[in-house]
Amino acid sequence: MSDPRRTALGAEHDALGATLTDFGGWEMPLRYGSELAEHRAVREAAGLFDLSHMGELRVTGADAAVFLNSALVGDLARVAVGRAKYSLICAEDGGIIDDLIVYRLGDAEFLVVPNAGNAGTVAAALAERADGFEVRVADETAETSLIAVQGPASAAILDGLLPEQDREAVAGLRYYAAAQLAVAGVPVLLARTGYTGEDGFELYVPNARAAELWRALLAAGGPQGLVPAGLAARDSLRLEAGMPLYGHELSLELTPFDAGLAPVVSFAKPERFVGRDALERRRDAPPGLTLVGLRGEGRRAGREGYAVHAAGSGVEAAAIGRITSGQPSPTLGAPIALAYLDPASAEPGTRVEVDLRGKREPFIVVPLPFYRRGG
Amino acid sequence: MSTVKSGLRYSAEHEWIDAGSPATIGISEVAADALGEIVYVDLPELGATVAVGSVIGEVESTKSVSELFSPVAGEVVEVNAAVVDDPALINSDPYGAAWLIRVAVSEEGPLLSAEQYAADNGAEL
Repeated sequence: MSDPRRTALGAEHDALGATLTDFGGWEMPLRYGSELAEHRAVREAAGLFDLSHMGELRVTGADAAVFLNSALVGDLARVAVGRAKYSLICAEDGGIIDDLIVYRLGDAEFLVVPNAGNAGTVAAALAERADGFEVRVADETAETSLIAVQGPASAAILDGLLPEQDREAVAGLRYYAAAQLAVAGVPVLLARTGYTGEDGFELYVPNARAAELWRALLAAGGPQGLVPAGLAARDSLRLEAGMPLYGHELSLELTPFDAGLAPVVSFAKPERFVGRDALERRRDAPPGLTLVGLRGEGRRAGREGYAVHAAGSGVEAAAIGRITSGQPSPTLGAPIALAYLDPASAEPGTRVEVDLRGKREPFIVVPLPFYRRGG
Repeated sequence: MSTVKSGLRYSAEHEWIDAGSPATIGISEVAADALGEIVYVDLPELGATVAVGSVIGEVESTKSVSELFSPVAGEVVEVNAAVVDDPALINSDPYGAAWLIRVAVSEEGPLLSAEQYAADNGAEL
């Protein structure tokens, strides 16, 4: 393995004393001080994240919309300019290659954002699928930084860094919408998207201006409770929000239907998108397993890979499923987990047991998300 | 950088033990820092008999879980209820308020000096 890549904000993380970790081939901040304090800051005020490990693929050309409709499962042609959509890229057999956010920047221009570890694979798949379309796929990952401001104070923090004429537009920016403007004098693509369950923004910025923007956000947000936050908090926040993580809840072995993402797949669009035939066959088949939320009744947390059993079943009984992500929830004060379970046991309220290193602990199936803002 | 407290001995599994009788046992700051913020700790029962290298409990952080291995054999004569109530003590005061158990020692397992343990783990005394 080659050494992990550093983002354009590496020196900022060093100066802040971050604990670093290798994630998706990148050296990223795991936490700066206390991951619990970072998690709480995002729930109560705001957190600042370096997400520059995420991929950025720019798709341009006359056929951009129809090409993406052929390459991805969703209907991107119907996305209005200035809006974003969550989508998936699947293999011929319907397995999930990655989950993505797609921004429509113009009639013939889109920005596709894959996960760090999958960026190369997705870029290659799009390039291959572009054959015969008038379209260009440019991998801008290496020269693009991504900074997220997440939490209830995000809008107020950004407001102080905007020119007067843009303030109203940003205040009125809808969830899953984006605009190109200057923040702290730095031109960015500003999107109201995120992965924490809170209000928040993601700012795409060229590497050369990333550190300047990071420092401006940190300075403006500090008095309002903003703290730099690492990937540990990002993971606990997304889990509470019930959001899947590729490699855990999503994989090549799973279809969008397995993962509860049927609404993301568009069979109404005319394009024969990659994976369509397989997914049409799987569409009405009874699901093998269902993705559910679990909440622990004790204090010990179930972790990825742990077996789930029916309540009261003997030690010889076969497992009814497996946990894909799990940890103690800082906000709820109880263990939470996402798990793939036998559909017969997937009803909220169903009591189950998790095998915690040889000892059965009681958990209960709960509706997702575990945490909803304002609720 | 994590700190290793001098005057204690350490196991390769990151437990520390003092020279008292009964002996007090805890986990090192090296282990606490590696785990991140500890939110749950499970300890043996009062009166339990422990063996060298046996699993005597676990510490859990938001990100991971780690088993506790007994550095000695003997009987558990005291359990620190304060650390069970407030596991974050392990991060804030691993060599003091966050002691875990006291054991009437019948046999010692392999133990390292503070200097050796610090060197092995790239920590400072």
